[in-house]
Amino acid sequence: MQALFGQLLIGLINGAFYAMLSLGLAVIFGLLNIINFAHGALYMMGAFCAWFLLNHGIGGVALGYWPSLVIAPIAVGIFGVIIERTMLARLYKLDHLYGLLLTFGLALVIQGLFRNEFGSSGMPYQIPEVLAGGVNLGFMFLPIYRAWVIVASLLICLGTWFVIERTKLGSYLRAATENPALVQAFGVNVPRMITLTFGFGVGLAALAGVMAAPIYQVNPLMGADLIIVVFAIVVIGGMGSILGAILTGFGLGIIEGLTKYFYPEASSTVIFVIMVIVLLVRPAGLFGKER
Amino acid sequence: MAAIAQASAVRAASHNGMVAATVVMASLLAIAPFVGFYPVFLMKALCFALFACAFNLLLGFGGLLSFGHAMFLGTAGYVCAYTAKQFGLTPELAILAGTAASAALGVVVGALAIRRQGIYFAMITLAIAQMMYFFYVQAPFTHGEDGIQGVPRGHLFGLIDLGEPLAMYYTVVVVFVAAFALILRIIHSPFGQVLKAIRENEPRTVSLGYDADRYKLLAFVLSATLSGLAGALKAIVFQLASLTDVYWTMSGEVVLMTLLGGMGTIFGPVIGAFVFISLETYLARFGEWFTIITGAIFVVCVLAFRRGIVGELAAWWSARRR
Repeated sequence: MQALFGQLLIGLINGAFYAMLSLGLAVIFGLLNIINFAHGALYMMGAFCAWFLLNHGIGGVALGYWPSLVIAPIAVGIFGVIIERTMLARLYKLDHLYGLLLTFGLALVIQGLFRNEFGSSGMPYQIPEVLAGGVNLGFMFLPIYRAWVIVASLLICLGTWFVIERTKLGSYLRAATENPALVQAFGVNVPRMITLTFGFGVGLAALAGVMAAPIYQVNPLMGADLIIVVFAIVVIGGMGSILGAILTGFGLGIIEGLTKYFYPEASSTVIFVIMVIVLLVRPAGLFGKER
Repeated sequence: MAAIAQASAVRAASHNGMVAATVVMASLLAIAPFVGFYPVFLMKALCFALFACAFNLLLGFGGLLSFGHAMFLGTAGYVCAYTAKQFGLTPELAILAGTAASAALGVVVGALAIRRQGIYFAMITLAIAQMMYFFYVQAPFTHGEDGIQGVPRGHLFGLIDLGEPLAMYYTVVVVFVAAFALILRIIHSPFGQVLKAIRENEPRTVSLGYDADRYKLLAFVLSATLSGLAGALKAIVFQLASLTDVYWTMSGEVVLMTLLGGMGTIFGPVIGAFVFISLETYLARFGEWFTIITGAIFVVCVLAFRRGIVGELAAWWSARRR
């Protein structure tokens, strides 16, 4: 039983990261029609940002986990905005596949530069003191940091959902997804909105990276294989709905965790197998609509 | 894809011209080892050129971007290496076995992937390829990280000893030129024309009575089969089948070769593969910089150079003649 709950917890943690990453991908795709292949690399940059702030700091002052949670997403978000303005913005009139190819190239460059600088071995990142330790729930031992990651990512995901589905700003965003020309005619600065949306999605990836730093090792390739799993999750969920992306992320994390307990050999492939089944039964994805 | 449409409009050269160019290419390849080119380098470049041409058949002429083509290269490599080493098959039979395995995989993956289009198609092929990668990591017969080593080159048809470097080289040249001619034939056949029509406007092609899905599936299977041929040939040449060939970086590399040479052009992928393999050979000692430069070439190609080397040359040539 202990092992089952342990794997369930790991599944939930992975699910939290899947959800945050696929949410960012879905938000970006909705407005930019671009699948951001560099999402995994930007997630990695978030983790490295936190590591750098802790070990080198700004102006000699080491900054810990909490400031990193704010600084890293903003820093990486600004990086994303620069990429969007200088490169992606030139591609909107072309086939969507070019966006995929460009971001794939960017992912190679970013990951290559980090590997060149930091090597491919992982670097540890200390869990902040407040969140260290754990509680014994009777049926299992729950590390506090992991509980925090699950709760925090749920809050972040639901907050994003709320902003997009329930606020005025979100309604502009959804309208621009449907028909950017019309929204622009109403006086909304759509290009700026696109830029900020990309920055936000990228920031979300970096935030996930900071939260992942104490759990996984900080490693230049930590996002490389992860992004492919997240792509499969996006195909399973369909990119039609924000809530769908969140649910699919968590759900598949849990399924992966359960597979690790019941049939470990299949744990690395189970998500892909589910993707194949979903494609056969519901090609548009569980929450998607054909467009 | 606008750039492809433009490229194919520009590429007004006749079928005969292409056949002549193919003959010239074959003759150049025939004399290449005697003018100072290293046969191992040429064989590697030719295997990748075939891989890129097969990939281009799908992307350049079918408009379908597969991001998982490494699975066909790698699967054929593994099957070919395994049957040659464990069952002692002659090289031509081992290559056939590998190619057939990739064709079968192509039928299954193609039938799944063509259910979605565009970006989803790319993500699905990538995800299935990653699943195959994990399968090969775990399957005992692939020997994991080590790969299948020491694959015997054997005797072609039981007669010609492929251990001789030049015999191996000319075998590769013959297979490559034959496969290239086949691709040329496919592109100029009625099937190829329908495929291009689907790329340009699928709903209209359907309204003309063509079953678009059937054409797309056949194109996918052909592309997978020829990619498999490249992978099987590569396994015999290098006497090795390893995880590198099924990993997603390989899928990315073939996209780059095609993009760099010019997608939707006939000779683009060949040029792209030769340039890429040269880069790889000369930059190997710089380690991580190779990946960085690969990524940078991707970015530059997409931003400024979408027609690729051959596409730009063709555009320049036709602009000059006007």
